[in-house]
Parts: sequence; C-alpha cells; structure tokens
Amino acid sequence: MPASLIDGNSLLAVDVGAVTTRAAYFDVVEGQYRFIGMGHCPTTNIGATRNLVLGVQLAVENLQSLTGKQLIDEDGRLLIPSQPDGSGVDGMVTTFSVGAPIKTLVIGLLPEVSLKSIEKLAHATYARVVDSISLNDPRRLDEQVNAIIRHSPELVLIAGGVDGGASQSINNLIETVGLSAYLMPDGQRPAMLYAGNRALAGSIRAALSKIASELVICPNVRPALEVEALGPAQRELASLTTNIRQRQMPELDELRTLSGGIILPSAYAQGRMVRFLSSYYGGNKYVLSVDIGASSVSLAASFGEHLHLNVFPHFGLGEPLAGLLKHTTLDDIARWLPMEMPIETVRDYLYQKSLYPQYIPATREELFIEQAIARQNLLLSTHTMVQRLPGRYRNQGGLLPSFEPILAGGAVLTNAPSLGQKLLMLLDGLQPAGITTLVLDHNNLLSMLGVAAEVNSLLPVQVMDAGALAYLATVISPVSDAAYGTPIVRVKLIREDGTAMTSEVNMGNLQILPLDSGQTARLELRPLRNADVGLGPGRAGAVDVIGSSLGVVIDARGRPLRLPPNAAERIKLLKKWLKTVGG
Amino acid sequence: MLAPLIHILPLATIMRTRLMPVEGKIIAGVGQKVNPTDTVAEAVVGRKHLVIDVAQKLDIPQRDVARFIKVKKGQQVARGDLLAESQGLFGKEVTAPANGTIVATGSGKIVIETGGAVFQLQAGIPGVITQAIGLRGVVIRATGGVAQGVWGNGKLDYGIMHSVMESPEDVFEPARIDVSLRGMILLGGHVETQKVFQNAAELTVRGLVVSSLNPALLQAATQAPFPVLVLEGFGRRPMNTNAYKLLSTNVKRDVSLNAETPNRQNLVSRHEGNARPEIFIPLPVSQEPPEPREAETFAPGQLVRVVFLSKPGRQGTILQLRPMAALPNGIKTNSAEVRLENGEQILAPLTNLEVLG
Repeated sequence: MPASLIDGNSLLAVDVGAVTTRAAYFDVVEGQYRFIGMGHCPTTNIGATRNLVLGVQLAVENLQSLTGKQLIDEDGRLLIPSQPDGSGVDGMVTTFSVGAPIKTLVIGLLPEVSLKSIEKLAHATYARVVDSISLNDPRRLDEQVNAIIRHSPELVLIAGGVDGGASQSINNLIETVGLSAYLMPDGQRPAMLYAGNRALAGSIRAALSKIASELVICPNVRPALEVEALGPAQRELASLTTNIRQRQMPELDELRTLSGGIILPSAYAQGRMVRFLSSYYGGNKYVLSVDIGASSVSLAASFGEHLHLNVFPHFGLGEPLAGLLKHTTLDDIARWLPMEMPIETVRDYLYQKSLYPQYIPATREELFIEQAIARQNLLLSTHTMVQRLPGRYRNQGGLLPSFEPILAGGAVLTNAPSLGQKLLMLLDGLQPAGITTLVLDHNNLLSMLGVAAEVNSLLPVQVMDAGALAYLATVISPVSDAAYGTPIVRVKLIREDGTAMTSEVNMGNLQILPLDSGQTARLELRPLRNADVGLGPGRAGAVDVIGSSLGVVIDARGRPLRLPPNAAERIKLLKKWLKTVGG
Repeated sequence: MLAPLIHILPLATIMRTRLMPVEGKIIAGVGQKVNPTDTVAEAVVGRKHLVIDVAQKLDIPQRDVARFIKVKKGQQVARGDLLAESQGLFGKEVTAPANGTIVATGSGKIVIETGGAVFQLQAGIPGVITQAIGLRGVVIRATGGVAQGVWGNGKLDYGIMHSVMESPEDVFEPARIDVSLRGMILLGGHVETQKVFQNAAELTVRGLVVSSLNPALLQAATQAPFPVLVLEGFGRRPMNTNAYKLLSTNVKRDVSLNAETPNRQNLVSRHEGNARPEIFIPLPVSQEPPEPREAETFAPGQLVRVVFLSKPGRQGTILQLRPMAALPNGIKTNSAEVRLENGEQILAPLTNLEVLG
C-alpha cells in the first residue's frame, strides 16, 4: 500500500448511493493531499437508463465542469492513468450502497451465543434477515427446508461451535442448508459465509462449495464462548456483499475493473475509516460515525481497534419509509415538529417519499417533517446500536457511550439550511451524554476516504488534516435526575484573551456559550446535585474547547430527552430550542 | 442533470418485458401476434418438499440406507408407494406419504417434491412477440396510448374502461360502483375508504385506475383481487391534467392495466427497469408511431410534473434552470423556474421534477 505522495498521486473516489452517485477528486497541492471537488448525478439504477456506469460517467462529467480538470476523453472513457498533458487521474476507488437489502438467512447453534454473533455480522451490511435457524428451532426438517426455499435468500451466514468444540450439531444444520440450496433453481442459489468452528472448514467446503453460488470460509466469529471476533468475517462479508451486488448489477464489474478491484460497500468503508480515526486520535478515544442515507442509517462505533458497525436498512430516508410505521408511530415522529400540522400530512409524506426517495423538501413544512423523521430514525438506530454493544461499552440507563468525536453525514444533515438545524437533529437523534465534539462530514467523504485508504494510507489523513470535515460544536450534555428548572451545572468559559463568562445551567435548558470560530478556551465545569458532565457523577473538571459559529453548547435538556406530552407546550419548547441555536 | 421521464402519451409504440418469477417454458414464438389474455409462457411454482428420514424409520445407520432405497431421483411416486424397506424377519417399510417426484436421496433421507401450481404468464397487452428472454419470459411490441403511474398492487388485467370521475380532483365515492359496471376497469379519483375496494370486488370489476390513495388503505389495495394502479401517489392528490385528458377521452375502449411492478421492500411497489405501473390503450395504426424517448436532461421548455409531498403536485413548463438556487425554506440546490398551468411561477428543485412525455 503506497504511503507516499510519489506512489499515490491523484485519486478519483466514486460512491454509488441509492439516490445519488458522487465522484470526488483528490490531488496533491503544495505537497499535501487535498479534496479538490465533488460531482453529482442521480443514481441510474431505474428506468430505461438502468446502468450504474452512466450515472458514474455523468457525475464525473459534473466534476469535470466544476473543477475544470479533464477526466474523461471524447469517447466518454475515464482517463486512467493521468496523461502527460495533465488530464486524467492516476487511480480510482469505488463504494456503493445502492440496491435492495440483501435477503439473508442466519444459522447458528445456540440463540444466545453463535446465532447472536452471526446476526450482528448480518447487521454490519445491507442485509435483511428473513429467517434464522438454530438448534432450538421447533420446526421439522422439511418445514425448515420449505421455509428457506420460500424465502429464497441471497446470502446465508453460518456460525456455530467454538473452535475445537462440537461438530455434529453444526453438521446437521449444514445439511439443512445444503439440501435447501440443492433444491433451489441453479440461478437462485445463495452465497454462503461460514464463520464457525474452524475444525469443520474442510467438511463445510466439501458439503457446500458446489451448492452455494459462492462460498467463503472465514475465522470463527465465536472462537471461544466469551470471545466474539467479528472483524475478519466483516471483511469477508464486505467482499461477498460486493459480489452479490455485482450479480444483481453486472455493470459493477466495469467499476471494479476501473477501480483496480478496490470496491467496497459504503458502510464497511465508513467503519474502516472510523476504526482508523479511533487509532489516529489516540487509543482511549471512542469514535462514532453516523450516516443518514436514503437506503439506510449506518452507525459505526469504534472503541480503539474494536469496530461495531450497524446498518439499519429499515431506517433509510428513501424507499424504506413506506415500512417505517412497523417500527415507530406517527405520534413519535410528529412530536419533533416545531409547528402544528395534521398528522395525516406526516403520514402522506412518509409514503410519498418512499416513491420519490430523491425528493428534496421544497417548503418549510416539508423541511420540518423530513428533519422530524431523521431525528426519530436516528434515535431508534442509536437505541438499537447501544443495546447490541458488548456490556463493557454500555453505561447505566442505556445512554450513548461517550464518543469523542461524533462524525455525521447524510443529505438530510448536509442539506439543512442552518448549522443550528444540523446540530439539533444530531443532539435529538443521538442524545450524546457527557463531553463530545460534533463534526459534520458536509461533503459525505468518510466512506470515500475509507476506501481510499485501501490504496493510499496517507491520503485520508492529509485530507482530513486539511479540513475536509467541518467542526460543528463542542457539546456538554450533563446527566442528572434533578427536577426541571433546577441548576445542575456551573460553567466558566475562560477565553485565550483572559476574558471569561460564567453561567449556571438549569435542568431542561439548552444554552450556548459564545466562542468564535477558531478561538480556543478553557471550560470549567462544576456539576451540582451529583450531575455527571462526563467526568463521573458530581465530579468537577476542566476541558479545552474550540469555538465555532454555534459556540460551545450546554445541552441540559435531560438524558433521555423527554418532550412535554402537551402539543402546544412541546411546540413552544421546540421553537425555543431552534431559536437558541440560531433558527 | 438527467431527468426522470413519465410517459403519458396518446399514441406511441411501446416494448414491454413480461417475466415469470421462475424459469419455465416459453409458449409464444417470436413474431407471433398475441392478445392480452394469451398465455405466452408457463412454469410450476409453489412446490413443497417432504423430507423422509429413512434411517430413522428403518432404525438403521445412515451409511447403510442407500442399499435399502427402492426409488431413484426423478421417479414419480404415488401416496403409499414403497420407498425403502429393510430385510429380515422383522423388516420395515417406508412408503410415500403423498404423490410427488423424488428429487433427492442421501444422508439417510429421501426428498419428495409435491404439489405446486402452474403459473401462466399472460401477454397483458395485444401486440407482437419480439424476443424470448431465456426461459423466463418475452418482450412484446404494441401501439397505443399509455399513462404511467407511481404505484401498483402487483396484478394485471384487461377490459373495457369506464370512468366514474367528474373532475381530476374527484374523490371516488363507493356508491358510484353499481351493477352496470360489472367486469369493467374503472377510472376514479382519490380513494379514501375501504368500501371502494369492497364494492369493486363484489361487482367483480377488472381493475381500478385512481389518482391517489389514503395510505391507510395500502393493505386493502394490495389484497384487492383486481389490479389497482395509482397515478399520483398517497394522500389526496388530483390526477394530472394530461393523464385525465387521455384517459377520460378513451372510455369504453379496451385497455390493459398492468400494476405488476417489482416490489423491492414488499411494502410499496415502485417503478424499476422499464416497468412503471401503467394503463395501456391499444389503438390500431397504419404506420407505427415512434417509441417514446427514454432519457433526457432538464432544459427550458419541458413540460414537467412538480412533485410536492405535503400537498398535491402540479404541472408546468420549465422557464429556466437555476443552479444552486436557495429555496424558500433555505435549502440550496439545483433548481428550475417553473410556470404552472395557472400562470403562477415557482422555484422547484430538479430532484422534484418529472418530465412528461
């Protein structure tokens, strides 16, 4: 892997999303890698133009016109490598999130052990689990076989047995899967990934390699009863996901060839980047990345080297919205609206947006509906992710662990017309606790940088150091069970020039401490009534903070945030908060 | 920017792909003329499998089972037929629990495939077969008028169209479905109550083409025994002027209603491939009209449908493109100035426009 400017040179990163295809150009400027520009085009996966490559070509043409750099020749071919006249680009990498969720069958021995681990693996990609089978499955063998054939899964994920442990039980499950796949038509047989007792790898290969459309054997996700190791299997699953998509959309092969084989699912590339950042920022940093896309919400939480990647296809803000009311209620969405409107308007918006996933809110009313849905989906995704985290990373009350920083991207955030709206969506949806920094991936570069790291480890670091991500605000979110209106923290902000401001923040308040962009300051925090500002219950301390146009934010509205049940009071409060952050 | 196209055309030549869910047998040949109800291909679907554990039933080790099995893969068996028997004074028999075909033997087991129904793929539109697609289906060429919609319930039928609409803004009153409309395809406005589907089913109508649907009725629409085509979407939305004119001037004609759109999420169908849900009005022609254009970029002068999600969409003409213009809500995006039919001028994001043509 090149780690120098000499080897790397310019790079084109393409992301084929469910709605938008983007092409980003990176090059060396004054000895450092820089993000130069981004071109867009609607993803061309529907209608008569059903060829993803066309969308990529149009996105690159858009990039060309924005940057003035010629990247495509007169015949519409990408110029790789760059030409002596300066046109073209030295390399290309691709990520994708386009496509319906992959119908996935999960197989494990015990529901609370290997089945749970393999389900977590499934949640790390664009999968929809259609059925699960374990030793405790009450169905007869032929009922299981008929169910598998009826579901016609595209992917089967199998785990079971610790390394060196039992083998007969997993062999029985393999026989069920093998028989079902054998009875399916040739072209419909699923791809399979085995991540169980490694002693069985040989017999699994013998039993399934001729039946599966593709078989991957990878290290055990549960090598010992107390040990869960999803990392190596996630890498294999990313590759398998790509191959499944390529069977559905053969033109991905062309993108793979142009990319020299460097093509990854966007969520995996996002996770890869977050894990890298967790190490880059220092061993103790927990880093969270959020991507609110049209096809899914992806949350990648990295605790040092330990990555927990969660993809929620049912919470995407495009086509999946038609099924959202299976997971939440209209009232729970509408409670986030800072204006009165009939609940039917919200309902109709959900269903109509599922037909027009590319739609951009055209009125203020629509903007608030869209942001209300984003808040609710982010909240549900975050809650599920926290429940799935290993016990050592969870805190009391099921709150979000302390992440620093939290990186956020997705059109609903980047399109929001004010920084305050972006901030509130993140605070309401994620409800961070303690001290954190919110960073906006305003060009949605994170997954592109993650895949770029496959060919050039220097590029992501330098591009990020050059400010490709936008610092949004430092947020202090005290956790307290004090009554509404009771003071829970005293703060003192001491600026570089020696000026200071002090404030006492009451439970239920959202307060901004003004600190201009680029300025640094020392923030002293003195919790009252045993509140936890992120330093431990009742513990005082000080942190260095950086200013932004939003200043430093003290979010004392409570964790979890509880909105008034009375609609008029709630709307008044939501309007007040919106005004506090600048509207 | 590439523009999505929606076809509402009084006369065009269309090519439509008709596919079965699984491979089967193609019945119609290339060049053959077909009527909407003609079967062009068929396949067997919905088979069940019975797994018989011979080793357990004969009480012998798996490895010994093969020599006691009396049937072969591919063999047809009837209920009660002998499948396997062990030898000796106390030998046991295993018989077929149902009629079917032996599809697998091994690991001490026999698998019988039973049941299944013949799926017949109808042409759906009157036209000429131009291509067979493997063993899955065919492509048909036809001429006539076409109006595409945004949602379909996955069904298809053919019949005479009758309108129960009085204006594009009409609400579909269930009482308008009377016995004189039995067996017809009905053109109606916004559907607000389930009674519309109940009445239509009772009178065995052949299909509904409606402007919009209350989303609470999605399940009722999906389960209706006839095709349901929604032209505008969910929530109360008037029918676009072009579609209303085209359809209301073609009542009492035979029409094909194809609401068979792919269903990605098993929740809501949406257009994919060349298959938006649509109503097709076959028309005789002396010379084939051209096929509609399939790709276009936004440009001034285009007739567009302006989609609004929180209120009814409208129709208008693009006056000029406005790159990264600020919308009234503050969002900056590539947009267009559009003059609506009533003369009002608005700024609309390009993502919210569909070119009519």
